[in-house]
Amino acid sequence: MEPDLADRPGTLDEAGARVVTVTVNGERRGGLAPVRMTLADFLRHELGLKGTHLGCEHGVCGACTVIVNGAAVRSCLMLAVQADGATIETVEGLADGDELSPLQQAFHRNHALQCGFCTAGFLMSITAALREGPVTTDEQAREVLSGNICRCTGYAGMIKAVRETSAQTHGEGA
Amino acid sequence: MKPPQFAYHAPTSVDEALGLLAEYGDQSKVLAGGQSLFPVLSYRLAAPEHLIDINRLPGLDQIERTPDGWRVPALVRQRQAERSAELAAGAPLVTEALAQVAHPQIRNRGTICGSLAHADSSAELPAVMLALNARMTIAAASGIRTVGSDEFFLFHMTTAIEPHELLLAVEFDEAGPRTYTSFQEFATRKGDFGLAGVAVTVTFGDGGTVERCRVVAAGVAPTPLRLTAVENLLTGTVLDERARAAARDAARRAVDPAGDVHADAEYRRQLAAVLVHRALTAVHDKAVHDKEENNHGA
Repeated sequence: MEPDLADRPGTLDEAGARVVTVTVNGERRGGLAPVRMTLADFLRHELGLKGTHLGCEHGVCGACTVIVNGAAVRSCLMLAVQADGATIETVEGLADGDELSPLQQAFHRNHALQCGFCTAGFLMSITAALREGPVTTDEQAREVLSGNICRCTGYAGMIKAVRETSAQTHGEGA
Repeated sequence: MKPPQFAYHAPTSVDEALGLLAEYGDQSKVLAGGQSLFPVLSYRLAAPEHLIDINRLPGLDQIERTPDGWRVPALVRQRQAERSAELAAGAPLVTEALAQVAHPQIRNRGTICGSLAHADSSAELPAVMLALNARMTIAAASGIRTVGSDEFFLFHMTTAIEPHELLLAVEFDEAGPRTYTSFQEFATRKGDFGLAGVAVTVTFGDGGTVERCRVVAAGVAPTPLRLTAVENLLTGTVLDERARAAARDAARRAVDPAGDVHADAEYRRQLAAVLVHRALTAVHDKAVHDKEENNHGA
């Protein structure tokens, strides 16, 4: 996180960790990553972006989903060193200041979260999916949600939130 | 858990990667998409001393046309292949199966070749490549060899790839005009590993009978399993309901799955048989549909 690290991407420091530089939510950031550190832990512990949560740490729950170079991925199934040079979006980048994104507002309106632990992963998965095209049926919405697990409030509110946001961003008829 | 300690190598040429594999061999694992390898590491099921990350190797990330079909090199992501209109038209079995491989978030990083090298016997892509009679291009520092899919899958998570070798690409042919395919799977939740899966390719002869076919089941044996008894039964027949029912019964006799907490052996056997029937029915319906279209056009 020291500013000078951003200018030495990919080099090794004495302790065997490597400098990793990423553009995260539009900002160029650098940090030190031991080679076995996952991207998820790097975002949380090196860059302080603790909105990304870790549930299972083996790719099943989806809580750690972030967008890397435009594609939603599990940040627990990728090493930080592999992300060197990548453009990353995390949940912290969704809102514009205090203005929540349309999807976040739809989650709020539809009670699509309770404890919130899984929410960041869902938001990033859905954000990536809605960029690919509209979601016009409940079945499509379920498909979009299928890679993430919620263990408290369930999916009904999320399905509504996905469809409302899709109608808002892609148009009602889409 | 966190992955165990390892030394990390990120070679930037195939030769460099093969040199590292020659040096570290069975103390190393190749990292491509990582969607199977990282869970294995996080569970501490394996603790390789060296991880050889091939993601920075050049020239391995695009699907290539060959005279007879396609070559899918080691860094082609599953999602990339799933979105290929060319593959959807000429190798629809691949496209159809890819939609059932885990979730988009996994397919965004997971590679076709990685799934083959990992060789989970429940996985979709090994069964598909066996049904397509695919050829694996395997490289070592000493040279390149090709292994057919019938010789590639050896046991649970075990393939013909030696520890010092790298799976460079998989090649398969385009489906000809009278070839039809189907992939069928049943999983309790969308994106889970199937309890069983079936991949079928059928080529019809001039008279409308089955000229040749390959029928492969996943999740019922230590490797994807060719059901040769079913293939032999179907070859030369008209694929009517009687033949399809006989194929289903032959499939039930041909598989001897193990039971586990997800499904007992008898359930898996029944499921494989039913999926064979469904796949053959889908193939039959597609062939009939095309024939009707052609008649209308004539």
